[in-house]
Amino acid sequence: MIFVTVGAQMPFDRLIRPVDAWAGERSGSNVFAQIGRSDLRPRNIEWTAFLDPLDCRQRISEADVIITHAGMGTILTALEFGKPVLVMPRRADLRETRNDHQFGTSRALTRAGCISVAWSEGELTAALSRLDQLPAPRRVASHASLQLLTALRTFIRGDAVLPVAPPTDVLTQLKHPAVPTSPAEEQIEKKAA
Amino acid sequence: MAIIAHEHKNSDGCRARILAIASGGGHWVQLLRLRPAFAGERVAYVTVNRAYRAEIGSAPFYVVNDATRWNKWALFRLALRMAWIVLRRRPNIVITTGAAPGYFGVLFGRLIGARTVWIDSMANVDQLSLSGRKAGRWVNLWLTQWPSLARSDGPRFEGAVL
Repeated sequence: MIFVTVGAQMPFDRLIRPVDAWAGERSGSNVFAQIGRSDLRPRNIEWTAFLDPLDCRQRISEADVIITHAGMGTILTALEFGKPVLVMPRRADLRETRNDHQFGTSRALTRAGCISVAWSEGELTAALSRLDQLPAPRRVASHASLQLLTALRTFIRGDAVLPVAPPTDVLTQLKHPAVPTSPAEEQIEKKAA
Repeated sequence: MAIIAHEHKNSDGCRARILAIASGGGHWVQLLRLRPAFAGERVAYVTVNRAYRAEIGSAPFYVVNDATRWNKWALFRLALRMAWIVLRRRPNIVITTGAAPGYFGVLFGRLIGARTVWIDSMANVDQLSLSGRKAGRWVNLWLTQWPSLARSDGPRFEGAVL
């Protein structure tokens, strides 16, 4: 199943239209799209305006590929399940969002090997034709990096000094396996005790 | 800081009272990824979507309206509601991943003496969010998730939610 989602805030017809057109040209494509409050009525794919967060999570876990805007919620959830993500960033000049921050997010996360990006509708259509070649990212843990959790833990418990962490580059961090869930939590709980 | 450490030993034993705040979508998903840091503390959540309750179990949960700087009336309603929640929960720690609800949360939290954390969204790669720039000046711990945005007189980088 291909799961397409535009998030809860604004519709993103420029993402939905090419997917709908692509699905119309081939038989047996199994696409489900969350399209937001839009006048668009896709004809070749199953769609809904909104999904509850848990439904959305479920769809992501079941999908083979996720197609979405550069929204951190969807991307983080997809990475958690190790699903390939194809992103098209929203453009401020088309009033799809308030500023062009989605371009920065897309650039940084592509560099980190987390997502694939279609910068335009043309690139999206091209990417759709070779969707099965999208690389699957490495699964990430369901929680923040150990460095961030430790910093917060230290702050919450009222220690005067934050531990001096080695300079960590997010991008390096992303390319290496994330800390597995249990040891990280154990370590933090040990500190809490 | 010794005084603050002492404050943790309140009538509830020594558990911190945390108010964890995020607006919808990515802000909320990023907040949930911080949960291991809250282990063993008393946490109440504030967000903008009732459906998110299903993700946090039995912890106290408050829904507020979202607002942008262009909608003054929504901002006003949000500010009142956040003030009420902060007064009711009396947190000693306020943590937010943004945006508008978190802004008021750390503001009112600070006013009642809570220690406050602003974690700017990972979506902000090229520059901090506007609310993050504003809130950063008076939170106790101001964090960005991108090393390139860290400044000696600005947010620090202490890792990311990923």
